[in-house]
Amino acid sequence: MSWLSPDGLTALTLSLKVAGWATAIGLPLALAVAYALARLRFPGRGLLNIAVHMPLIMPPVVTGYLLLLGFGPQGPLGRVFHDVFGLTFAFRWTGAALAAGVMGFPFMVRAIRLSLEAVDPRLEQAAATLGAPRFQVFRTITLPMIVPGLLAGAVLAFAKGMGEFGATITFVSNIPGQTQTLPLAIDLALETPGGEGQALRLALLSLTIAAAALVLSEWLSRRVAARIAGQTTAKVEEAAQI
Amino acid sequence: MTLSIALTHRFADFTLDVAFDAPPGLTVLFGRSGSGKTTVVQAVAGLLTPLKGHIAIGEHTLLDTERGINLPAHRRRAGYVFQDARLFPHLTVQQNLTYARRFLRGRTPSTSLDEITDMLGIAPLLSRRPATLSGGEKARVALGRALLSEPDILLADEPLAALDAARKAEILPYFETLRDAGRIPILYVSHDMAEVARLATTLITLDAGRVTAQGPAADLLSDPAFHPAGPREAGALIEATIAAHESDGLTRLDAGGAPLFLPGLSQAPGTRLRLRIAAQDVMLARTRPTDSSALNILAGVVREIHQGDGPGAIVALDTQAGRVLARITKRSVAALDLAPGTACHAIVKSVAIAPESVAPGLAPGLSPGLMPTAKPFAPNA
Repeated sequence: MSWLSPDGLTALTLSLKVAGWATAIGLPLALAVAYALARLRFPGRGLLNIAVHMPLIMPPVVTGYLLLLGFGPQGPLGRVFHDVFGLTFAFRWTGAALAAGVMGFPFMVRAIRLSLEAVDPRLEQAAATLGAPRFQVFRTITLPMIVPGLLAGAVLAFAKGMGEFGATITFVSNIPGQTQTLPLAIDLALETPGGEGQALRLALLSLTIAAAALVLSEWLSRRVAARIAGQTTAKVEEAAQI
Repeated sequence: MTLSIALTHRFADFTLDVAFDAPPGLTVLFGRSGSGKTTVVQAVAGLLTPLKGHIAIGEHTLLDTERGINLPAHRRRAGYVFQDARLFPHLTVQQNLTYARRFLRGRTPSTSLDEITDMLGIAPLLSRRPATLSGGEKARVALGRALLSEPDILLADEPLAALDAARKAEILPYFETLRDAGRIPILYVSHDMAEVARLATTLITLDAGRVTAQGPAADLLSDPAFHPAGPREAGALIEATIAAHESDGLTRLDAGGAPLFLPGLSQAPGTRLRLRIAAQDVMLARTRPTDSSALNILAGVVREIHQGDGPGAIVALDTQAGRVLARITKRSVAALDLAPGTACHAIVKSVAIAPESVAPGLAPGLSPGLMPTAKPFAPNA
């Protein structure tokens, strides 16, 4: 990677770290929320649905600002995380990961929810008559069938995390080595005289990673869909292609 | 063990209100679609909670809305064979079959995977996935999967409705085997009279959410006023033993001492059979016809005549072979001057006894255990 400056390389590894953590932490949460939205009826369900989708429709700057208010050094949630878990978000890569996670969350929830709704509840009933308690039904029947949706959601969220700009720069600013992910590095390069070459290289890099992620997820979900052949495959694939 | 059911449930357009017992053996829940059969079965399985109800297997209460008991589906030990099989598509046949084994909760298995796969002839399918199975194979795997859950009761909701006649003939014997093994009560939903005739020991008919008739199947089917599927479908059950296979291709049966001839059957002499004689295939004559092509003539006495709204009547006749129903016109009833107590002859064309209404008889006191050692009569494999 001699053609990439040390700053560029740092931005790349940081981006991978930020997007990776955002996806890894976000996925189980998204699964829980998607399950609740798809299968459970509870008071506040509509509200939860709106809250999850807010980052999708709000200007990213607003999301970043809200994160700053909530998770900043003076924010109530920021203090809880700092005092209880020793975790600080402000102006650190963890904050960038949080911003990426929040922005990617609705994509994960949507993909998982669609694949959950494509699972035939009659199969889950059949499992129950065979003695499987609810959690076991989920683990042995539902979960294996929504793997394509999980993969699709994860890839979308990862790609979103790699490309997230507005919320990140508002929440944790543009600090090389801490919060300067690829898009932020590109932005900086464009503002620096003579930085066009660097910007183009970083842009190509972003593009390659995004394309690779998409190909990987397509390949994985196709393999899984083939394994689950018979079970409303069309619907699952449809869900995986959102 | 007896399954006892009493439940009330309200739907948008009708109310289900039923109470009946399913004693050991096979109880067919018979009725048109929309009569509430499936709802009853789902309530037993715990897939639907009725408004009010009490469901118990022997002393084991599954549901008692008054006492607030409602066991979840996975604690009810009700093996359920669905019409659409509902095999798990992401698991192999073997994984489907053994799915319930990890949820036995301390119960000792009474049967093994080998036993079940042998009985159902599905050993060669074990490594396949459900998507590659035929309809008949799926039905057998679904039955095996339910049996391997060591159920206290077997529920079957039209398990054969999606199959063609040949596949039905392939699966029916397994239900007969289970019925004759007599280990657990079987509640079997059907809207097919031929299935009722072959399988039912007890018959419950449902119409618009109400029980319209219940009792031993043989008794109900020989009641001339009972034809829930229309008079065309009326027909009594009689028991017979294969006496001999004759040189001209006919098989001679012994029905209570009276000879009956059927086109060649495959079973060995001595086999007990249950026959269904459709009422519309029976003619009546006051004197024994002599110059007739009919081979099967049973002397008897008229017990009961049921005259419906139309031009037809169903006459119940007690013969040496058992009770036989005949569907004739009201005009013939008058012309022959038939009345309870009249002696007359029932004429059954031998070809009128369709092969699918020939079933292995209900041999009393079969071997204990789930699987009798003898196979049911071989599906034409």
